[in-house]
This record gives sequence, structure tokens and C-alpha cells, in this order.
Amino acid sequence: MRPVLEIDGLSVEFASARGPVAAVNDLSFAIGEGETVALVGESGSGKSTAAMAILRLIASPPGRVVKGRVLFEGVDLLGLSPADLRKVRGDRIGMIFQDPMMALNPVYTVARQIAEVLEVHRGLAGRAALDEVVSLLRLVGVPAPETRAGQYPHNLSGGMRQRVMIAMALECKPRLLIADEPTTALDVTVQAQVLRLIEDLKSRLGMSVLLITHDMGVVSQSAHRVVVMYAGRKVEEGATRDLFAAPRHPYTQGLLRAARRARADDGTLWEIRGTVPSPHAMPPGCGFAPRCDCARAACAAAVPELTRTADGHEVRCIVAAEGAA
Amino acid sequence: MTAPVLEVVDLVKHYPVRRGPFEPRKIVHALDGVSLTVRRGETLAIVGESGCGKSTLARCLLRLEDPTGGTIRLHGADITSLDADAMRPLRRHVQIVFQDPYASLNPRWSIGTLMADPLRLHTKLSRAERRVRAAELLAIVGLGGEFLERYPHELSGGQRQRVAIARALAVEPDAIICDEPVSALDVSIQAQVINLLMRLRREFGIALVFISHDLSLVKHIADRIAVMYLGQIVELADAAGMREGAKHPYSRALFAAAPTVDPVPGVSCEAPIGGDVPSPIDPPSGCRFHTRCAFAKDDCALTAPSLRAVEGRSVRCHYAGELDFARWAGGSS
Ligand SMILES: Nc1ncnc2c1ncn2[C@@H]1O[C@H](COP(=O)(O)OP(=O)(O)O)[C@@H](O)[C@H]1O
Ligand SMILES: Nc1ncnc2c1ncn2[C@@H]1O[C@H](COP(=O)(O)OP(=O)(O)O)[C@@H](O)[C@H]1O
Ligand SMILES: [Mg+2]
Ligand SMILES: [Mg+2]
Repeated sequence: MRPVLEIDGLSVEFASARGPVAAVNDLSFAIGEGETVALVGESGSGKSTAAMAILRLIASPPGRVVKGRVLFEGVDLLGLSPADLRKVRGDRIGMIFQDPMMALNPVYTVARQIAEVLEVHRGLAGRAALDEVVSLLRLVGVPAPETRAGQYPHNLSGGMRQRVMIAMALECKPRLLIADEPTTALDVTVQAQVLRLIEDLKSRLGMSVLLITHDMGVVSQSAHRVVVMYAGRKVEEGATRDLFAAPRHPYTQGLLRAARRARADDGTLWEIRGTVPSPHAMPPGCGFAPRCDCARAACAAAVPELTRTADGHEVRCIVAAEGAA
Repeated sequence: MTAPVLEVVDLVKHYPVRRGPFEPRKIVHALDGVSLTVRRGETLAIVGESGCGKSTLARCLLRLEDPTGGTIRLHGADITSLDADAMRPLRRHVQIVFQDPYASLNPRWSIGTLMADPLRLHTKLSRAERRVRAAELLAIVGLGGEFLERYPHELSGGQRQRVAIARALAVEPDAIICDEPVSALDVSIQAQVINLLMRLRREFGIALVFISHDLSLVKHIADRIAVMYLGQIVELADAAGMREGAKHPYSRALFAAAPTVDPVPGVSCEAPIGGDVPSPIDPPSGCRFHTRCAFAKDDCALTAPSLRAVEGRSVRCHYAGELDFARWAGGSS
């Protein structure tokens, strides 16, 4: 079966005073129908850039998609005319961000912004649109939806705004939802409500989800598959269960150990030493090598290839690849 | 026995607010009757959802705010109503580290200048001695002398947090209040900063008040955990007790809602509570949690429970100890 979304060799760079910065480098992965794929990795590893590139939301300049294809239902989004693209965005593909204010217009009431999208995508107006707004708000768990509809974004709590944005993303019953850190700014009880809501709608609409998060607990709970990025590159991909049980890449291993609050031999919390390399000073070869306990001379010589292991897992590490052979 | 580093009794902090020019003045009940002690060398975690009063409590402990009521004692001495002049020499005892080190470090100052500043205010060291001490302090937090010449924007988030911690150390405090110190950091870097804080506690006997919304983290690093809801402590227990299971329905729900990396099969991570936290302007009558509590009975809306001893901990619930949390296992909401 054809995947809903297929990203193929995507590379994005940003111009900067010190020369171009490769934010996403040769990224490929696919999302099947009804599947939730989590994109995880250190901040700055290129997750948001990848998500924005899918919808062609990268501001140019300074950004530029250097190469690659983004096939949505078989059609390359990167080749669409702006008019065709607008039909896909917000209609077939919904998007929610960490900061709802990015998607909400502060000077419009909740009803007006949702109704506007309804008019563009579904031709609803007037009373019919307003009724639909109220029922959407009720669907995403906004209490007193008739009252809320008349309010402005700043009158709402963070959790409420997040739900309004989800209502906007979902009103067109998208095939794919791209959620960039949708719950990072929320408290755990509200996070649980929002994740349950996405889960509900997923099973009801058969929607696929690209979930960007740094919370490995959320990944474990929500995702079928995980793509791990480090310094702009995919370093590992696998089914969530497999990847959590047996991570292959030393970065994934470290990330999971840290997320589990594992202890080192001396009783301290297990830490990944060092910091992410600056995008201006990328080490040659494997980007993780300077922080890696398994690194050897060959790691700095060339960027390791992605290797597919027997169980369909992919890993970009020469040491892990040898172990799997 | 020596007095605890800090002790607050029945602390109240109300903020008068006015929504608009013609609206009546209202009161935000940020803290309402908070009592706790910070013991020497312990890690006391304070958790709760945003707006429950954690940062207000921190500012009151530092006497950056004037409490509306209650008592604050530092090493046994009442500091509740000392004025700024009287507080100044006492400031060095309790220091604070914020979530966003970028906002708390002057971007135009080099790390060397940033480090020398508290030494100038609180010690009699000469300029040259301050320089030496600044380098020593940076070494304690794992940063080399080359950082003295750098500026905050040249540092990573973890490095900036180390600088903030080094600055707090400069005055040899007895307690450091950490308000969400690692929330802005990647999980791989969080452990570095926490290990540093834990080492300082061990080596210098510094008590840590660790404010956080990361429940999985505090269960691993705290000695005791206080759970707050709408300006009150609803449960205070040692970490082992909290890991075994909270006794207040709210703390129970809060810990259950945090997704774990390795979920136990059959146990869902959903919050057995719905809705939002009510406004602190008109907090609910009786037990403040009764509007969202699956176990609430009629009297919960009428009489406010006090924080009482239940099975080796303190719980603010009329029915703590008698509740059947298994009722939640099916994921009712
Ligand atoms: N608008 C931009 N201009 C310049 N650089 C950018 C821009 N957006 C992102 N970058 C750079 O691209 C890299 C990836 O960033 P991002 O995609 O935001 O990472 P993540 O979402 O994983 O934290 C970073 O080095 C970041 O500084
Ligand atoms: N200066 C202030 N004026 C009015 N209300 C305030 C002020 N500071 C805090 N509050 C209110 O007090 C309550 C507690 O806030 P805070 O202590 O910041 O909570 P937390 O740190 O737990 O998120 C919130 O409702 C907040 O809006
Ligand atoms: Mg991002
Ligand atoms: Mg706070």
C-alpha cells in the first residue's frame, strides 16, 4: 500500500552570516495510513524545519529546500502551484504548533477564525458556519462552546487555545496531521486530554499523524514508529516497541537512558556528555562522534551510511551496523 | 536539634487585581495557608500545574515579595516583615536559579563580570581575588577559565544554567531554590545539570528546593515531594511514599497523567480528571479540588479539609486513606 506521506532525500539549508547551514540533511521516511510516526531528537536537530518544509512554510530567504521530494498521496508537494498547495494545506493536511498563537489571529474571535477556514475549505457561511464552529469546539472538549466562540484568543487558557487550534486543524478532517510539540507547553493533565483527543480523532477519521516531540513518554504512548534525528540527519528509525527495547544508535541509547532517568555506576543520573555541535562547526563524519563512547577513528572520516538491519530497523552508525551484521 | 534552613507557617499571598477600569477589584489567592520546612541538605521538590503558586512561594521564601499573612523563618529567625535593609545581609543564605538562564543573565556582561558581581556585593574580596574566585566557581560547575571572557549568547542552554548555578554558589548559600531549572533543556543535558546540583548538595550540604512540573524527574531525585493545587499543599510525602502511590486524588491523578517511557501493560496514562484548574480569583468552596474530584461527597464542597497526617505523610483530604483508587483503573473521566 502506498504511504500517505513519503519524504525522500529532503535537504533544507538556511543562509547565515557565516555561510549556509544545513538544517535538514538527506531526510527520508514515510507515514502509512492511520499511522503515527514520532520525530524525536535534540533541539536544533531539524525537526521543525522538516515539518515546515513538508508544507512549504520555510521562509525563503533565509531558508531553501536544496533537494528532495515530499510525496503526499503520491503528489510531490514541492512541485505544486501556490493555489494547489493552498488546497492541500489546512484541508488535506492539518497542522498544530507548540505555540497556538502562531496559528491564531489575536484580533479575531475564536468563531471568526474557525469560520473563515470553514468558508474557504467547505463553503460554509453564516448560521451554518457558526453551528459548525460550536460543534467543533464541543468536539475538542471546550466547555461552554457558545460563550468561548465569541471570545478572543487572549481570553483563553493555554490548554483552551491549544484545543481551538486543534479544532481548526481538524475541521477539514485531514488525512495527515502534523503536530509540532503540541503538548510541550501544557500541564500533564491537559496534555493527557489533548493526546486522548488526537487519538480519538485518529481512530474516528483514520488520520495519519506526524508527531514531533522531545518527550519519550509521549512517544512511547502514542507512536507506532519513531524517527530519531541528530544534527539534521536521521540516525535511526524503527517500530516504537523495538526501538525502545533495543535502541541501536548510541545517541538513541543515551536519549532513552536519560529519559528513563537511569543511573550510572556511581549513582548519578546517566548523562550524555558534551553538547550538540554548533551548525557552523559540524564535525566531519558522524555528528554524534564527539559525544559518543563507542566512537573510533573511522567515525570522523565520513558520514556513516544508513544500514537496514534484519528486522527492518535503520541505523546510521558504523559500530551498530557491524554489531548487527 | 538545629533549626531548619527555612520554615514557613500558614503562608498567604494575595494579589489584588482589576480586570478593567470599571471592574471591581478582585483577589488572586496565589498562596493560601502553605506550611513547610526546608531541612539542611535535603532536596524538597514542589510540583503542581502552572498557576498553582510555586513561583510565588519561591519569591516569598526569598523575601522578594511581602507575604499577605503567615510566618517565614530563616535559621529559626522570623524574617517575615524585615525591610530591604535588614534583609540585605541575609540574602546570601538563600539563592535562586531560574528556568531560563538567558533571561536572568545580563546579555551585555561577560561571564567574568557576571561572576564577579555577587562577589562584589557579598564579600570583601579585592578585584584580583574576585577574578580568581570566579574561575574557581566556574571550575566547580565544570566550566573552564576560558568562559570568563565569553558572553551568555555564546553558551549553550546547559552551560548558561551552569553559570547561573555558579553565581548562586558565589555567596556560599545554605539553600538554592531552583524554579524549573532544567525545563528548557534537552533531556540529555538535564542529567548534567541535575548531577551538578546533587553534587553541590552532597559536597556543601546545600538544601535544594526543586520546583518542577516534571513528575518522573522529581520522583527520581527528591527526598520529599510537596504537591500544590490552587495555592495550597495537598500532599507532602517522602519520594518513596509518592512512588508507591499518592494518597490525595489530585496528586494521584497528576502522577498518573505523566506518560512514562516504559508503560506498565494494562495501565493507561490518562488523567482521571477532566477540565481546567478553576480560577484562583474565586477558588471553589470547601476542598479546592472538589469540582474535579471523582470521589467528592457533599461535605467536600462545604468544609475545607486541613493538611493532616495519613499513613506517614500529610494529605489535605477528608477521605484520604479510605479512597479506592482502583476505581480509576478503567479510565473513567
Ligand atoms: N528561520 C531560520 N533561520 C536560520 N536558521 C534557522 C531557521 N530556522 C531554523 N534554523 C536552524 O535550523 C536548525 C534546525 O532547527 P529546528 O528545525 O528548529 O530544530 P528542532 O525543531 O529540531 O529544534 C537549527 O540549527 C536552527 O538554528
Ligand atoms: N504579580 C502578580 N499579580 C497578580 N497575580 C499574580 C502575580 N504573580 C502571580 N500571580 C498569580 O498567582 C497565581 C500563582 O502564580 P505562580 O506562583 O506564578 O504559579 P506557578 O509558578 O505555580 O505557575 C497565578 O494565578 C498567577 O496568575
Ligand atoms: Mg522545533
Ligand atoms: Mg512558575
